[in-house]
This record gives sequence, structure tokens and C-alpha cells, in this order.
Amino acid sequence: MERDPHQLIEGCVITCYALGLNQCFLYVRGEIPLAHERVAFSAQRCLCRRFVGKNIMGTDVSIDVVLHWGAGAHIVGEETALIESLEGKRHAPSQPRFLAAKGLYMKPTIVNNVETLANVPWLMNNGAAAYKQFGSEKSPGTRMVAISGHVKRPGVYEVEQGVITFRDLLYGDNYAQGIRDDNGLKAFVPGGGSAPWFFEEQLDVPLEGSAAGPEGSMLGSGAIMVMDDTTDAVRAALRLVRFYARESCGKCTPCREGTAWEEKVLQRILDGHGRPNDIDLLLSIGENISPGPYPVASFPTNGLAAVPFPPKQTTICPLGPSSVAPITSAIRRFRDEFEAKIPAAASTPTDHAHGDQDHDATPAVGDHH
Amino acid sequence: MTATEPTKATTGVPFTLNGRELEAEQGELLIDAAERNGVHIPRFCYHSRMTPVGMCRMCLVEVDGGRGPSLQPSCMLPVTPDMKVNTESDATVKAQDGVLELLLINHPLDCPVCDKGGECPLQDNAYAYGPGESRFVEEKRHYEKPIPISDLVHLDRERCILCDRCTRFADEVAGDPLIHFMGRGADTQVNTFPDHPFSSYFSGNVVQICPVGALTASPYRFKARPWDFAETESTATTDSSGARVVLQSSRDRLVRTLGVDSDAVNWSWLSDKERFSYEAANSDNRVTQPLIADEGDLRQARWATAARAFAHGLGVGASKVGVLGGARLPLEGQYAWSKLLKGTAGIDNIDAQLGDGLSPELVLASPRSTISGAMAAGSTVILLGADLKEELPTLFLRARHAATNGHIKLIELTARATSLSPFAAARLHTQPGTAGQVAAALAGDETDRAVGGVQSSEFAKAHALLRGGGPVTIIVGRSNLAESAAVVADATAQLQALCPGAAILPILRRGNINGALEMGLTPGFLPGGRKLGSSPSGWPTEPADVGLDAEGILRAAADGELSTLVLLGADPLADYPDRDLVIRAFDAVDTILAVDTFLTESSSRASVVLPAAMFGETDGSFMNLEGRVPPLRAQVTAPGQARADWMIAVEVADALGADLGFDT
Repeated sequence: MERDPHQLIEGCVITCYALGLNQCFLYVRGEIPLAHERVAFSAQRCLCRRFVGKNIMGTDVSIDVVLHWGAGAHIVGEETALIESLEGKRHAPSQPRFLAAKGLYMKPTIVNNVETLANVPWLMNNGAAAYKQFGSEKSPGTRMVAISGHVKRPGVYEVEQGVITFRDLLYGDNYAQGIRDDNGLKAFVPGGGSAPWFFEEQLDVPLEGSAAGPEGSMLGSGAIMVMDDTTDAVRAALRLVRFYARESCGKCTPCREGTAWEEKVLQRILDGHGRPNDIDLLLSIGENISPGPYPVASFPTNGLAAVPFPPKQTTICPLGPSSVAPITSAIRRFRDEFEAKIPAAASTPTDHAHGDQDHDATPAVGDHH
Repeated sequence: MTATEPTKATTGVPFTLNGRELEAEQGELLIDAAERNGVHIPRFCYHSRMTPVGMCRMCLVEVDGGRGPSLQPSCMLPVTPDMKVNTESDATVKAQDGVLELLLINHPLDCPVCDKGGECPLQDNAYAYGPGESRFVEEKRHYEKPIPISDLVHLDRERCILCDRCTRFADEVAGDPLIHFMGRGADTQVNTFPDHPFSSYFSGNVVQICPVGALTASPYRFKARPWDFAETESTATTDSSGARVVLQSSRDRLVRTLGVDSDAVNWSWLSDKERFSYEAANSDNRVTQPLIADEGDLRQARWATAARAFAHGLGVGASKVGVLGGARLPLEGQYAWSKLLKGTAGIDNIDAQLGDGLSPELVLASPRSTISGAMAAGSTVILLGADLKEELPTLFLRARHAATNGHIKLIELTARATSLSPFAAARLHTQPGTAGQVAAALAGDETDRAVGGVQSSEFAKAHALLRGGGPVTIIVGRSNLAESAAVVADATAQLQALCPGAAILPILRRGNINGALEMGLTPGFLPGGRKLGSSPSGWPTEPADVGLDAEGILRAAADGELSTLVLLGADPLADYPDRDLVIRAFDAVDTILAVDTFLTESSSRASVVLPAAMFGETDGSFMNLEGRVPPLRAQVTAPGQARADWMIAVEVADALGADLGFDT
């Protein structure tokens, strides 16, 4: 979107034409203003050149492209939340429904992500057979992955699905070129913060959804986060949980209350005020958000087998269960780090300051209570 | 979307609930189907009169729809054939326990000082399904508490469990989306927009439906505890919709009114007027003793003395007396006064409507519709004259629901836009006084006539709608008091001619006005809608001639033709459109007699004031705009020596030497 916005717009137009649609909404999340600016600029140019809009290129095909800039919320990536937001309502997912029947403004709607649409022009030019020459049989084509964290060369890479492994990606010369300072690998998140963590043992798993699932995680968004052996597992878990606590829309109870509770407990452990049962408590809160065994990678040293993806949920959408992934992964693998931070004798934390508390803690004034 | 009108199926949907083979109705939600079969699934956000949202997750149950058991919110799930439901499985119990723990972690648990304590769904569910002990040692969420979000409603955000009931009610039911969620995640809160208070006519309903003590009503705050209540089911009398209510009292004082979910009338909703008017009964300014004017001051008197003085004022001859009011009284009181005034004293100058009503002929003679009949799917409703939200708020909610859900086609024939205009299928906004001409034009064949200032496109729409078939109800009211009631009568007659079989719902706002008309407290009529002289009444006497209406009475009084003016719970100085006429009438008559609950501006001019019991203090009956007769119940004792209206009539009759034939 920032580098080649035309590819996206072209993909939109082709898709609309193929489906016989004449209204296209491009919802650009509020967190990426540069993408918005560039998409807006190129959309405007396409309009002037009559690549979109009324009577495209002088034909009787008309496709309106409406650009909508979100206010900044992770959960509008969920399609029902995106529809709600686009309609001008709060960014809360609604009960899953069949959007192709009742979508935006209760009209039939197709929701696709940028990566899918951006693939369309290439597919049209080169054909499906050419596309299938990339990737594995089960997962043809390429996909974009974003590697961040403790690697020598973080960045966004286009990779062939199923052909390369995580080891290639993390250590390969064409890709991340290894861990920083040649440190050891502690863990890596294979597909966005909601993906359970992978470890050394999973390095040879091919980059392919159907391979990652049985191993206990997913490729998800393709955002790969690498942690070297200097990483504090508790702090890393807290950082990810805090993200979900902040991004929870607040609609359904388990996510709204559960993610915030998890964040507080993790912060407390990190602050040295952990209590002996906090580890079990964290796992138990997770079970109230995501009942049943939570997906995790195998841990051969302890003889623990992988729990395959996806998790169950008591919530409306998968955001709440996402917060459980870092906690379950970190505790299962690095329980000793948690235990080391928890003082042997339980200290009752009263009135201790939280890391960054943003609640209005004004005492009740003028109340009978 | 609400479950109030489930599609009636010829065949049920078979499903299994905790091992029992049962049948649900087509499209019925699991939570309702279970409830109907005696299995209560706990819930907070679900309310049968509103769209389900599945937010609180309390109603999660284990459901196997054919692809293995999974936890599903039963308030969002229509029963499908052969669905297997287990509300007692380990997974269900664990999920419900977990949700309750999460709801409670930030709840202040200030139950001992919370008004909701003792009748709180959160409390009840925590006892029944909750974990029993908290594992939460962190600091709870804090907000300033409580904040007034309107004159009547206080919001305590710490207690709030964010179930979306109040916000959904405000948006979806009342159409006043003045409260909404703000913020996100654990910092989500319900609040009003800055400088926009929750000034809805229906604000009290959110207090009633709040499943915790987050929303409290200022008249009730800290007044009583639910386990101390005595309560009875009665009917709201502040307007003529006849909403069903529960009256709750503590230590012989009314402390709260709640709406009852009556399918036929109010669906559990109440306007704030209906909900909070009980406070008047507790006022210190009630008239509690009979009063007689003595050298300019009203002084307390014995009942017998006051009744004699009242009778003396009445005994000046039937043609010299005018009576205003009577819409406040229960049917029994209205009948007793009708028998006293018409059947004993022969007076027919009686009008319960103070220049703001409709002609009694129109109201009493037209076929009457019911609210549910008018709002049933496929009906056409013509709104003639009035703005329902202003006149009969609970009926407005029913009409709004029916119109927004596409059940009815609404045609407005009003002088200006009303609160239902956004949902109307055709808006005939006429110039004042021309409703009759527009109605007549609608009967013609031309579809684009320019008449009465109505937009021709809207005229064409209405023209077509009225020829679409289906039952028609005409909601008849007055646009404004300057326009003559004859305009409305004319338009109604035209529409009735155009739509044979059209029934009416009269929009008369005064409480028991339909009862007053039915009981003959209007010139020319005897009880039962019989015209004067049409058949023998069996009463000792009958008025000789048809009397004067309110305007006639006041004009005659101002011209010195009347010597006594009786106010039956009427305050014409405050309540009659032409105040100047009332002042002149009051100045000209010799005697003003009043039966009232308060010393109003008018009744304080009286020479005799008899204290009446009011709403909640007497048993009786009410007649609503449909002609439905729900009971009124006494819940508290009338203050001082105030008496039921029928007893006052008997007392005065006694003083006149007549016997009305009533005994207790």
C-alpha cells in the first residue's frame, strides 16, 4: 500500500468486475497514515485517468472506490467489526454471520484483505498455472512475511509457501541472516501476536499453514517476531498481552475483563509482587477465555506433545483467545522464569503502583457510599 | 428481531434439551425455548423486547448442532432441528462460572449500600452460578460515582457490567441514543455525550432493565429495600394508554413504580410521567382535610359540614351549575358523580375534557381498535393530528417498534412533522385546518392533487397505500388547540368513508378520559355511551336538555348565566387553553366547588374543597384508549381524611337527601 498502491487498486477493480460489483470500499486502518496517504493519492489519480469511477476507460463499467480511514483499532481486521466500523458504529465484532448475504448496510458484501487483492493483477497477467509454479502443492503461490525482533536483517519478505522453512527464513542469507550478535534463539512467534510461540524444535517446519497448525500454531498474519536468548519471557508475554488488552473492543465479557486481568497479573509478577498461585491463575483465566487445552508447540524435553490450532473461545471473536497464546506458550516453556520472579513468600500487593496505569482513580466525592 | 412476535409454525422444531426431547417454535431462540420448557439459562444482556447482542456471554451453553459440542450463546442461537443442548454439562457450568468471575472482578460489590441489592440479577446469578470466592487481588476499576446523567437517572460506572441493555433501549426502543459506550477494552464505559444529558421521556426504563445497580432513579435512591416492599399490580393513570404497572410501597408510602410486561399494552415500558408521578401522592401539599372558605381563607371543616356546603352550592338549579373535570377519577367515581350530577341533580353542563379533546360522538360511536391490532403486521395506520410521543408516549413506543420493524405502513396526516415522521410511509403535512380537505381528496381518483399544502409525491404514496388493502386504524388526535376539534372530526369521517371498517384509537391524553366519556361526564350522554333521552336510565331523574361543553360552561359563567362551578379534579386556570375566559368565569360565578387532591390555582379559589384519594390509594378500574378496563389497586392509605371519589359523591348525595344506592 505504501510502495505500490496501484497494484491494490487494480486488484480491487478486477475483483469488482469479476463479481459484477460497482461499489468498492477500501478500509485503511488508522495506524498506517502513510499507506492511507499513498492509496488516496493513487486512487485520485486513477479516478482522473478514468481507471476507476464512472465508465471506466470509456466502457459502460462503473466501479466506485470509496476510501475509508479507520480510527485505529486492531480488531477492525475482523470482518464483522470492519463492517460495523465502516457503517460508522463502534468497532465491535458482531455474531458471525454470512456477509455475502447480509454485509455492509445489510447488503451482500465480500470482504478481502490487501494481500489477496494485490495478488489478483499478477494472476490475471500470468495465469493460475504460472502462479501455481510457486509454492508447494497444498499451498501454491507466495506470501508476504514481516520479520521483526532480534534478527540481523528484519524486514518484509515475499516467500514461496511450503517450500522454505522457518530456519531458512531466520538464518538464510536471502532473508533475516540470523539472530543478532549470533545469540541463541529463545522463541519466535510464527504468525502474529495471536500465534502460539515456536521454538528451536519447530525451525524446520515449512512455512505453510497446513504444516504450522498441527504443530500448535499458525501462520496468521505472517508477522514473525524473533526473540533471542536474552529475552525475558515474562516481559515478552506481558508486552503481547498488553497489546490485546488495549485492543479489546470491550464488547464481550471474557475478553474485556480477562485480557485486562491477565495484563495486571503479569505486570505484578514482573514488578516482583507475584504470588505462588499466579501461574495457575493465569492459565485458569486463559481457560475462561479459551476453554479446553490451548494450542501450543511440542516440548520434547518435557515430553509434551503439541496441541493443534485453533483454540476454542467463549468470546465473540478470536481477539480474546489471542491473549492466551503468549501466556500459555511462555508458561509451558519457561515456567522456571515465572517462578524465579515470584517471591517465595506471598506478598499481598496493596496499593502498589502499576507500570502504567491509565485509569481515572479519582476517589468518590460527594457520594453517600 | 425481538422475540415478542415469534413466527407461529405449523410444525415445531425438534431438539434435545438436557436429554429431554422437546419442540421449539420456528425461529425461536434457544434461550426462550429453554425458558418455556422450564430451564432457565442465566443472562444479563438478553432482553426479550430488544435485539439480542450476545455480549455478556452468561448464557453460553454447550450445543451440538451436528458438528460436535461447542459453547454457544443461547440468546443468539435459533433452535435448529435435532440440536442437542446441555445446560448442565461441565463445559457449560465452567463457562458460566468463568464469565461470572470475570464480571465480578471489577464490580465494587457494594451490595449493602446498593439500591439493587436484593433484586439484582448479578447477585442472584452469582449465588446460583458463580465461583463463590474471588481470585482477583488487583485494584478494581474506579470511576467517579455516581454521576447524574439526567434529572432522574444516576449512573454508577463502577457497578456497570456493560450489558448494552440501557444503550440498546435508548437507541433501539426509545430512539433517543443519548447514552452510548465510550472508550474500549476494560476502559469501556457507558456515558452521555458532553453537555447532552440523557433527557429522554423514557429514561426511567433503563433503570428498570439495568441488571445491576449501575443506573438508579433519583426519586427511589436509598428510599427502601426490595425485601421490605409490599406491592400490587395496577394501572398507570397519567395518560390514557393504561400501561400496566407494579406499585411498590414501604411503610405505607409509594416508593417505586415498575412497568409490567403486558403484551397488549406497554411491553414493560413506561414513560417517565407514568413511572415517577407516584411521587405526587407522597407530596406534603396534598389536601388532607375538607376545607371551607371563611372570610377569604380556606379553613378545615368536618366532612358533614363541608358536604352540606357542597350540596348547598349544587342546589341552585340544574341550569345554573357547570361541572368541569372528571378524567382523573376511576370509573367507579365517575359513575357515582355521573349518577349524582345527572341522575339526581339533573345537571348536564358537564365536561371532562377541557377544550383539548375530541367530540364525544366521535369517540363513543366509532369502532375502536386495539393497540396490538393496530400495530399488527400488515396493518395500515393513519396518524391524524397528534404527535404520539408528546401525547401518549407508551403508545409511541409500540408504534415506533411496529413502523421501524416494517410491520405497519404509517400514513401521517398532521400539520407538522412528528416524532414518527422518520418512519412514516407517507407524510401528509397539511396546512392547519385542511386535514378534512386532504382526507376528502384522498378519497378521489386523482393521485397528484395539490391540496392543503401536501407534497404531491407524498399524496400519491398515501393514495396508493390506502388502496393496498389490509386493516386500517386511524389514530385520532388534535394537532394543536387552536385548530378546532371539528377539523379532526371531519377528517376522520372522510377517512372512515374511504376505508370502510377502519377502526379508531382516540388520542386523548387526560388519564381516565375514555372512562369519563363512557360514564357520561360529557354533555348529552349517559353511562354506556347512551344519548340523553334515547332510553330510560332508571335513575331518579335525567337532565332535561343537552348541556354545555367546557367552552360553553365557561362562556355562560363569564356571562353571569351560571352561579356555581364545580371542579372535579380540574384546574382550568392552568389547564384550559383560554385562561382569560377562565378568569372571567371564576370572577363572575357565586360559588366554586372543588374535589381535588391538591390545592391548585383553581381549587384554592373554591369555597368548598373536598379532599380526594388519588392514584395508588383507591381500588377501582380504568378505561384506556382501547376501551380495555384494567383494575386500579390501592397500595397505600390515603392521607388524612381524603376519600375515594365515589365516597365523596355518596357523601354529597346524602347531604342533598338522595341515595345513590352504593354501599361498601
